[in-house]
Amino acid sequence: MALNEEVEALRAIPLFQRIEASKLRLLAFTSERVRFEPGDLVVKEGDIGDAAYIVLEGAAEVLVDAPHGPLKVADISKNDIVGEIAILIDVPRTATVRATEAVTALRISKELFFRLVAEFPQMAVEIMRELAQRLDRTTADLREARAQRAGG
Amino acid sequence: MMWDSVKVQGPAGMEKTIYGFVFRHSLPQQVILLALTIASFPVLYASLELPKRIINDAIAGEDFPRSVLGLEFGQIEYLMVLSAAFLVLVLVNGAFKFVINTGKGRLGERLLRRLRYQLYSRLLRFPLPVFKRMGQGEIIPMVTQEVEPLGGFMGDALAQPAYQLGILVTIGAFMLVQEPILGLAALALYPFQMYMIPKLQRRVTALGKERVLHVRRLSERIGESISGMEAVHADDGSNRFRADIAQRLGGIYDIRYEIFRRKFFIKFLNNFLAQLTPFFFYAIGGYLIIEGSLSFGAMVAVLAAYKDMSAPWKELLAYYQQQADSRIKYEQVVQQFDPPGMIEERLQVEEQEALPTPGPGSQIGFENAVYAEDEISQPVRGATFSLGLDEHVAIVGPSGGGKEELGLLAARLAVVTGGRAHLDGTALADLPQAAFGRHAAYVGPSASLFNASVRENLLFGLRHRPLRPAPATPGNASRHKARLAEARRTGNSDADLNADWVDYEAAGAAPGEEMMQRMAAVLAAVGLDDDLYVLGLRGVVDPDAHPGLAERVLEARAALRSRLDAPGAAAPVEPFDADAYNVNATLAENLLFGAPIGPAFAQENLAGHAFVRHVLAEAGLLERLESIGLQVAKIMVELFADIDPGHELVEQFSFIDADDLPDFRAIAARADRLGLEGLEAEERQRLLGLPFLLIPERHRLGLIDDDIRRSLLTARHLFRERLPEEERGSVEFFDTGRYTARASLQDNILFGRIRHGQAHGADRMSTLLSEVIDEVGIRSAVMEAGLEFDVGIGGSRLTQTQRQKLSFARALLKRPALLVVNMATGGVERAAREALFAATRQEMAGRGLLWVLEAPELAVGFSRILVVEEGRVAEDGAFEALRTAGGPFAQLLQS
Repeated sequence: MALNEEVEALRAIPLFQRIEASKLRLLAFTSERVRFEPGDLVVKEGDIGDAAYIVLEGAAEVLVDAPHGPLKVADISKNDIVGEIAILIDVPRTATVRATEAVTALRISKELFFRLVAEFPQMAVEIMRELAQRLDRTTADLREARAQRAGG
Repeated sequence: MMWDSVKVQGPAGMEKTIYGFVFRHSLPQQVILLALTIASFPVLYASLELPKRIINDAIAGEDFPRSVLGLEFGQIEYLMVLSAAFLVLVLVNGAFKFVINTGKGRLGERLLRRLRYQLYSRLLRFPLPVFKRMGQGEIIPMVTQEVEPLGGFMGDALAQPAYQLGILVTIGAFMLVQEPILGLAALALYPFQMYMIPKLQRRVTALGKERVLHVRRLSERIGESISGMEAVHADDGSNRFRADIAQRLGGIYDIRYEIFRRKFFIKFLNNFLAQLTPFFFYAIGGYLIIEGSLSFGAMVAVLAAYKDMSAPWKELLAYYQQQADSRIKYEQVVQQFDPPGMIEERLQVEEQEALPTPGPGSQIGFENAVYAEDEISQPVRGATFSLGLDEHVAIVGPSGGGKEELGLLAARLAVVTGGRAHLDGTALADLPQAAFGRHAAYVGPSASLFNASVRENLLFGLRHRPLRPAPATPGNASRHKARLAEARRTGNSDADLNADWVDYEAAGAAPGEEMMQRMAAVLAAVGLDDDLYVLGLRGVVDPDAHPGLAERVLEARAALRSRLDAPGAAAPVEPFDADAYNVNATLAENLLFGAPIGPAFAQENLAGHAFVRHVLAEAGLLERLESIGLQVAKIMVELFADIDPGHELVEQFSFIDADDLPDFRAIAARADRLGLEGLEAEERQRLLGLPFLLIPERHRLGLIDDDIRRSLLTARHLFRERLPEEERGSVEFFDTGRYTARASLQDNILFGRIRHGQAHGADRMSTLLSEVIDEVGIRSAVMEAGLEFDVGIGGSRLTQTQRQKLSFARALLKRPALLVVNMATGGVERAAREALFAATRQEMAGRGLLWVLEAPELAVGFSRILVVEEGRVAEDGAFEALRTAGGPFAQLLQS
């Protein structure tokens, strides 16, 4: 069953790991599955974000505008989530994501995402945990970078 | 040809009492009815008298032959003549009643029509602030329900009491003639009743008045909770509203109970008094008979006559009650329709010549203008400025500082309460709406759109009076004439709604193609053209009304198809194919392969349709679909198990209504125990309804496998072949080579369904669509279809930005000499707002524009800016000058 595959994919994502299967099914059922052809933009830097994408299949690259043209900063592959920052806070997309091969993704609209969070507070806690972990990592990175700069 | 002869009639001042109203508008008719009533008495009397004659004289009489009118009659012949005369009298009497009753009915209806029209016409003259106090819920029932019973009463006003009173007097006189003492006894209590009953009735009437007010407030409150439902839900305010309504219902209950108590007490008293009279009869009459001074026969006759009196007496009392009710109701309604500050009738209704109208070179001036809404709020306190109708002026200022009200004053939507506001020296308040409204336009914070097409809303600003008579249709001419005559008879407007009211001269375009182009240009200027194109695509167009369109659409369909079939392209649309299952369409669409006409084959009715069931059974699908329905039900029940039933998620995504979820839970549980066979036929039918909604590519439930798809294609063919003759009109089958009249333009061009799950699929589809539309050249036809789009109540089917764009387009289309824009772009998206500014400034070049702005920085580009603070003009100058002057404008910019 296609829906069940999607639920499995969602479960592999740290953000959703601890959320009950039945709720993930609801998330999968209520979100749209979209396919990007190679070269299609999943999100575009500077656009207003209205959805996050969970990659179920395929690969993409993350690009940021640099003085000498787009600069690749990361790779996206199966089970990665794309564009969640823009649906949590109203900021334009911080980077461009371009499909490098055909990508199948689950599109979770901002509206739907907030409704689900409101309906299932447990999801909000999981998201907070995930974001706190990321912040912790970023802070550590920053500390390291500063230490390097001070040292060098 | 101008159509000057038509005069839009309006009411004069309203009469204070219902009798005043009735007599003023129907005295001659009332007198005629009264005369007819009086004329009917002799006939009535004769028809009562004649039977006595027949019995006493013809049957039991002697001395025959008799001579009547010089003719000799034997007894049998005499009987026949009298019987025939009786028959004639019955007919004449009936005819009188018929004529009088229809006359009363017609009179009542005419008066009611006049009253309603007058009330509505007055409503149109209310000054705007009234609507802050008075809600729809209060006003509407007054014009619709509350005055309804008045019609009957007004028709009855004179004739009914005269008729009943006449009968009473006749019978009373008869009794007095028969036996004075008994007659007096019979009539003795009437004066007492006549004194007592009205006295008691008065209190009931007062209570009735109170009840009307309570009910009015109740409906107002209900209306308020409907319009504020969002807040009620968001703030969990429902219980507060429940308590409020409960209290109001309690109040109404108390009043009604009190009314019943008093009403039935009156009835009791009345009945008691009516029975008291026979007591006198028996006691006094019996005594007189025993004494020998009264004959037995006389007493019986008086007793019988007395019985006849009770009916008219009751009618008379009922009339009295109705009269008291109607009087109160009328006065209550009329009071409400006479608010202070009402716009004078002549300013709205009459056509006046030789008055100053706004035009190039005119000036609108304010001198110490004051505007007070009531004692407390006085938003404008002495504003002085003038505006040439060739300049563009922006008004900025803090909110609450009076800038909005100044906008209303300049558009003449409010009238100064002090100081002067004038157009070239004539006070604005004295200018007729006709003079001002045709040359000025206003765009306010929220668009006033009507529940009609975009075109109608756009043309509203150009329709002030009928200018060209409607094309005459030979069959209807006399009927139309009769209608107009009837309208005039009741003081209604006799302006023909079907005439052409559009003032093409004001729009600067000739009727027809040129006007269409002008509308298109204005719509493009305000940026509504793209929206209209999209709305037009969604519109259903009657191919017969647009000759040639269907062929072009089919060309577009073919062009699109060849693009879709081109190798390499990721086709965003899956075309309909008679021999293939469309995985992007619902199962119902796949089965019908056509558009349903009417309810017979509507999706929700398919599962219960005998022919559909028959076809599915034939294709071996009935049970399999039922079992798929069961699986869908189980999935839905599981998915939405933890979710509050009223939640939007359920509404938006569930196949099953929130209310029905528990039912399906029960059905699923039963099916687990008993299997599908153990379910009731009705339950299985409900399950069968679910798979019809499935779209494989969208729902991804994996329930519609290849085998089912094959069987369904069989069912599709069976359906088409075997469709009974009488059902052929209920579905329009898809056909590559034919226009589907029931489907939208877009569906007709696509002739397929957009593929789900393609990123940017919708964009690609629109691009393709746009390409083929331009290729066959039907873009303007699509736009025209968009003009026919119904905007919904208050424009609710448009977005806020679209509504405001339409408001601007309406204002610009009439090329006003003065345009007042009042805080109109607050809810408009930024890009659209910039476009509106540019379009408006350009269209209004050389004419007067007064723009009340939400924020001071928006004033950039205006050569003259007024800063309005505390109800006065604090600064007046150009943007740069004011910005650097360090005055109020500079402060506003900083804050």
